[in-house]
Amino acid sequence: MSSMDLLLLWSDRMVVSIVIWFTLFVALLYLARMPAHRSIRSLCLIVRNGFRLAARAVRQVEEKLNQRNREVLLANGQESTEQLLEREFHRVNAVVSRDLSGYPNLQRQLSEQITRIDEDYQQSTEIPPEAPGWVKAVETVAKLRNDDSGMVGKILGEIHSTIKKSQVSALNEYRKASAKRHLLLKNMMPYWRKLTQTLSDVDRSIKGLEDRSQVIDQQMDQYEKIRARSPQAERTLSSSSMTQFFISGLVLTIAIVGGIVNYYLIALPMSEMVGANSMLGPFRASNVAALVIITLEIAMGLFLMESLRITHMFPVIGTMDDKMRKRMLLMTFTLLLILASVESSLAFMRDLLAADREALRQTLSGIQAANPEFRWIPSMGQMIMGFVLPFALTFVAIPLESFVHSSRTVIGVCGIGLLRLLAITLRYLGSMSYHLGNTLVNLYDLLIFIPLRFEELFVHYSKGSKNTHKKQHTPKPNQGNNTYEGGHGL
Amino acid sequence: MNNFQPRRFLTALLITCTLLLSSGCGEQVAPGRAVYMLMDTSGTYTQQLQKAQMIINYLLGTLDSGDSLAVARIDSGSFSEKDIVAKVTFDNRPSVATSQKREFRNQIDRFVKTVKGSPYTDISGGMLQAAEYLDETGAGKRNILIFSDMKEEIKKGHKRDFELPMDGIEVIALNVTKLSSDNIDPREYMARLDEWNKRVVSGGGTWRIINDLDRVETILN
Repeated sequence: MSSMDLLLLWSDRMVVSIVIWFTLFVALLYLARMPAHRSIRSLCLIVRNGFRLAARAVRQVEEKLNQRNREVLLANGQESTEQLLEREFHRVNAVVSRDLSGYPNLQRQLSEQITRIDEDYQQSTEIPPEAPGWVKAVETVAKLRNDDSGMVGKILGEIHSTIKKSQVSALNEYRKASAKRHLLLKNMMPYWRKLTQTLSDVDRSIKGLEDRSQVIDQQMDQYEKIRARSPQAERTLSSSSMTQFFISGLVLTIAIVGGIVNYYLIALPMSEMVGANSMLGPFRASNVAALVIITLEIAMGLFLMESLRITHMFPVIGTMDDKMRKRMLLMTFTLLLILASVESSLAFMRDLLAADREALRQTLSGIQAANPEFRWIPSMGQMIMGFVLPFALTFVAIPLESFVHSSRTVIGVCGIGLLRLLAITLRYLGSMSYHLGNTLVNLYDLLIFIPLRFEELFVHYSKGSKNTHKKQHTPKPNQGNNTYEGGHGL
Repeated sequence: MNNFQPRRFLTALLITCTLLLSSGCGEQVAPGRAVYMLMDTSGTYTQQLQKAQMIINYLLGTLDSGDSLAVARIDSGSFSEKDIVAKVTFDNRPSVATSQKREFRNQIDRFVKTVKGSPYTDISGGMLQAAEYLDETGAGKRNILIFSDMKEEIKKGHKRDFELPMDGIEVIALNVTKLSSDNIDPREYMARLDEWNKRVVSGGGTWRIINDLDRVETILN
């Protein structure tokens, strides 16, 4: 029986048959209304609960990731602050060992200078000239009676002249002594200056130490906040990590561009060495070889930076003893130098090949091959570039380290964001499915609104009838049981 | 971070170096492209050979290391190695390939200067020779360029009414000049080209015509 036969089962007229089918369908739906409602609601509830459960699971994962991210962030921050503190302590140690280790010597110098200044000062003090011993004798002679012989006068005259001479002599002596004192004071000047200089040096060292101690205090504050896992420290570290991520990403992009330039510089001459038609899988061997050389250069650069303890990506190198580390440093530098030299010669070869190819092209197109005057300038430029680029790529290690460290946090933050979005979406879908259940129930009822309307009318009528019936059967105080016999009035 | 192991690193380094060194004598794959160019030297068409030289120069500038190129003349009996004017498979080293290209160009120049017209035009024989050469190269992309008016004139006794083995070969007719009889009845020209198209396609190849030599760069597209 085809579907058309089935459709026309009740009547040959399509419309009549469709109406009958529809009526049957509606009747069927009406009969199955309650179980269907329950089924739709329970199904939607199941879906909703599923979504809610999934959302909860995602939230839990997000929490865990958040926790892990915090731990990574704080651990990185702690490590970084420890390194900063260590560096500050090293600086303080350097200041102390450089300046303050000579403190006993400095003290000795200072005390020597002070003693010398003191001695000079002592020597430069003014000693009042002693009163002459014969003053009393003069007084005694002056008290003698003048006997007109003029003896006293004579004596006094003699004394006067002697005193005058003595005064001149004393004055000269005094002047000499003063000059000597002044000379001593003059000689003290450089010692004073030296003393001032020494003291200002000490002051500077102390000031430097003070500054360092302030930095250490700040770092210690930060360190304590990190240790205490304070939200402020977390925010600061997160922001710093994001900044680091973008800056190092930018520098890495520049380095990648440099690497590409480097690659094009040596890919063509490599084909001269390994053959232009040799393949390694789907790739040209010359291209792979050029890439290998560049990656080797980058690897050597990484090890060089690691050996210099500028980066700390390989703890094995970092923890090597100094002798071994220096050997590694020398080895990587030598290899890098060799690779740079190879690249430089390849760059020169590239220039020769390009020039040869260009000459052929010109010949093929019927143009007289030109021989430019300053052809050596690009050749030299390429050679220098080939030599310098490997060393420049060495510094990729620094942004790479920052990028790797910061990307852990950034990826974590992005993961948290995605998980949060997923959780919200799942919750929204759960809510949607719940409301979808209600909508489906309403749509179901819409399909069978005709029988429902009849049912409603019937119920209404039945209720009205019952109420009337009840009213009729309710014994009124004055009616007794007579009303029941009234029958089922409409 | 803590996973760094010197032994592993050294092993990886050793493998890389080995790969790098071994790549010098690495697997030699089939050259990418092989082109066989047929130049019609019959009658007045020899006057068109300057244009053919331009096409050859373009090919020399375009083909690279590992590619093969052969130029042959179409004369009275073209199914012969003797008709190959010059052939080369470009060396893996670009510098050697450049030298080969110079030498190839010189050979063609010498040929164009000394070429003499032939009384008959055995295009089918030339195509057969070309297909044979291209098969031997084992190239991935194979082209036959025919620089001719495509008017075949077979010497009495030569049999050329067979199917051409053109499987995987793209045949490009270049500079198909119109003959004076074509001008009287253009259907002759159409029928001639249609006939060649059918022969190439039935042999398993593809057929293309480029008459505007200003669009020479589209030949190997």
